[in-house]
Amino acid sequence: MAQVSTARRIEDFRLPSAEALAAYRESILAERDPNRTVIIVCHGTGCIANGSPKVAAALRKAIAGAGLSAQVIPEIKTTGCHGFCSRGPLVILHPSGLFYQKVKENDVEDIVNTTLLEGKPVERLLYTDPHTGEPIPHDYEIPFYKYQQRIVLRNIGKIDPADIRDTLAVGGYQALAKALTTMTPDKVLGAIEAAGLRGRGGAGFLTGRKWRFAVENARKSPGPVYIVGNGDEGDPGAFMDRTLMEGDPHAVLEGMAIGAYALGAHQGYIYVRLEYPLAIKHLNIALEQARSLGLLGENILGTGFNFDIQINRGAGAFVCGEETALIASLEGRVGEPVPRPPYPAEKGLWGRPTIINNVETWGNVPQIIENGANWYARIGVPHSTGTKIFSLVGKVNNVGLVEVPMGITLDRIVNEIGGGVPGRDSFKAVQTGGPSGGCIPYALKDTPVDFDSLTKVGAMMGSGGMIVMDQRDCMVDVARYFLHFLQEESCGKCLPCRMGLKAMLEYMDKFAQGQGSARDIDDLHSLARAIMKGSLCALGGTSPNPVLTTLKYFKDEYLAHVEDHRCPAGVCKDLITYAIDPEICNGCGVCARSCPQGCISGQKKKPHIIDASACIRCGMCMDECPVNAVTVT
Amino acid sequence: MSAKKEKSKKAQKEPDMGLVKFTINGRPVQAREGWTILETARQNGIQIPTLCFNPAVAAIGSCRLCVVEILQNNQSRVVASCITPVQAGVEVQTNSEEIQNIRRWVLEMLLANCPASHQIRELAKEYGVTSTRFKVEHPEDACPRCGLCVRACDEIVGVRGITLGNRGVFKEVTAPYHQRSTDCIRCGTCLYVCPTGAMEQLFPLVSAP
Repeated sequence: MAQVSTARRIEDFRLPSAEALAAYRESILAERDPNRTVIIVCHGTGCIANGSPKVAAALRKAIAGAGLSAQVIPEIKTTGCHGFCSRGPLVILHPSGLFYQKVKENDVEDIVNTTLLEGKPVERLLYTDPHTGEPIPHDYEIPFYKYQQRIVLRNIGKIDPADIRDTLAVGGYQALAKALTTMTPDKVLGAIEAAGLRGRGGAGFLTGRKWRFAVENARKSPGPVYIVGNGDEGDPGAFMDRTLMEGDPHAVLEGMAIGAYALGAHQGYIYVRLEYPLAIKHLNIALEQARSLGLLGENILGTGFNFDIQINRGAGAFVCGEETALIASLEGRVGEPVPRPPYPAEKGLWGRPTIINNVETWGNVPQIIENGANWYARIGVPHSTGTKIFSLVGKVNNVGLVEVPMGITLDRIVNEIGGGVPGRDSFKAVQTGGPSGGCIPYALKDTPVDFDSLTKVGAMMGSGGMIVMDQRDCMVDVARYFLHFLQEESCGKCLPCRMGLKAMLEYMDKFAQGQGSARDIDDLHSLARAIMKGSLCALGGTSPNPVLTTLKYFKDEYLAHVEDHRCPAGVCKDLITYAIDPEICNGCGVCARSCPQGCISGQKKKPHIIDASACIRCGMCMDECPVNAVTVT
Repeated sequence: MSAKKEKSKKAQKEPDMGLVKFTINGRPVQAREGWTILETARQNGIQIPTLCFNPAVAAIGSCRLCVVEILQNNQSRVVASCITPVQAGVEVQTNSEEIQNIRRWVLEMLLANCPASHQIRELAKEYGVTSTRFKVEHPEDACPRCGLCVRACDEIVGVRGITLGNRGVFKEVTAPYHQRSTDCIRCGTCLYVCPTGAMEQLFPLVSAP
């Protein structure tokens, strides 16, 4: 073992057994001083876009020049997304947990001088509570993190995803070792069943039942079984899968390896959309490192079990998140769905039993094996166990990625974790489940967020998008937006979906222009039902959901459009006029300067006016006005 | 799967082995194992409209005109009868309210999407749909993009001279690279199988020069 513990480069050796893995982990931990300061610079896509690589580089430079003694030089670690994307770039100091938000390159000097040298926090970089105005120094005290329960995301933000030793240090691949050395495949399968894990990709089918079905089918017709990680996340505003693949790729690989052992598979695929280059990069690095250590490939941990994974990049079709279309795409055919049954668990890739699970589902698997099915089944609520990751976006203070136990109410997610709606007491509606999901009104704010409760109110869990909307969001416009997205993404194979989405949009366009009648609203409802029942795959079958739920809960808004020719939220451009309240306007001229049409005029310090005939209703003046004098009716 | 087991058990007990018994619109019918609901219905003189179906090529269930409702264990589901195998003991409804609603909307949308097709107008008329509320954007279009021509060229002729290009609302019958097909042998099978007459317009554009 001496050879193992002194090895610096991970590709020098393979781990021959589970004991060797444990010893290697010990050696990694022994090399690390738990008291040494680690400065974590978030390198999630959002923070990178906001300049976090520059912050990390500046930190390295500043620390090198600070003349610190060798013992106290902090380690700088770049990690995956911390989830609190609206506050990025984030810099967190461990072990103290000191949390700095919106850090720019020129803040680095203060961090080094004040925090590292003097041991004091930099006040202006701290998070302040929007309600009390008090600064909150540590990440674990911030409500956004405090009320979350991070199981799948537990390592993200702590580990460097490009270094497998970080993963191993926090216990990565322990569950795989446990499964391979102490459990039979059937026992692993039993644990997944007992945990009550349901697919995180949308439909929420019981994972254990699906696996059992595939195992039975494979027994009937001997031959290979395939497993697939579905990372073709395509919902607008959703980034759960991306964050997981970018920030903790080994969790997905380990989950798949455990699944492969349970299912008797030796080849796996991860289908990632091409638009996620960082996820693909990190998955490839992770694969290479896991293979070189013998955690993937042939004879894993000396147990004789073989399993490897290939990354396949999607070519940009939303519908390829659907199982059968995904299989078609993997096989090199056009990504179009085919009717089920036969289900992929019976006849999937190359006609063989295939298990396709969302990458988040796979990310849950190691935790179930490591901590036991009972532990997992106690999290959440009966029939919806465990946690779910949501991307909380829209009109909410804390935009970001949250992981919460199933069954938590919508209100708690939006108000406690999300910090409420900016400038308002309450939200108007929350759209869950992606484009095919539904809008849940404020009146149902106490709806528990779990698979069955969401379905009951007409929405769905989907892959975990959660868009918060306030009074300035028009439900007709929202439904129209999602229909438009789905029309673009329909593969066009079956007629109800291809022609129906276009037809529903025709109605919605009419309503948005204040045309149509109450009769048209009823017709749209009937058409939506025909598409829901008549389409070939789930994309078409769920595509009327945005229309059906907004009609169910916000019919008055539809009627306001068609009967009163008015958009109550002030969004539909054909129905609104912008005006400046002369009582409030102080004549500062900001609106006139911001107007792209140049149609606002007035003398300095005198009320301005908008020329309605030239106005394109972009709302720029309203956004810019410092005294809220611009009104929309 | 358990249903399959049950079915084979039943078949063994009964004298007419291999026959599947169920009802269509309340009428008891029998079918050979592996038959589709559409086959059985037509065998029994029960009319179900189709567009993308042709017995000469594999069915894909894309036009959804042949949808039927299956009632089983107090649950109802809507399936395309051309690709759904028969199942013992179920009740099939070919003309329920749900089915009529789907069919009428599909036909009405077809009238707007393929206004130039005489065949589609006739079919729609049969089901009481004579006008459309939707915009007619391409008055000369007759093609429902059912792909029967493409499948026939591949499966019957074995040539694959034409293909379905693009996606969604932009889907079209075309030849590789939007050129006239160099593989086409001008056999006319596509013209023959086309259910709407659209191929008559398309043939000069995609067939071998």
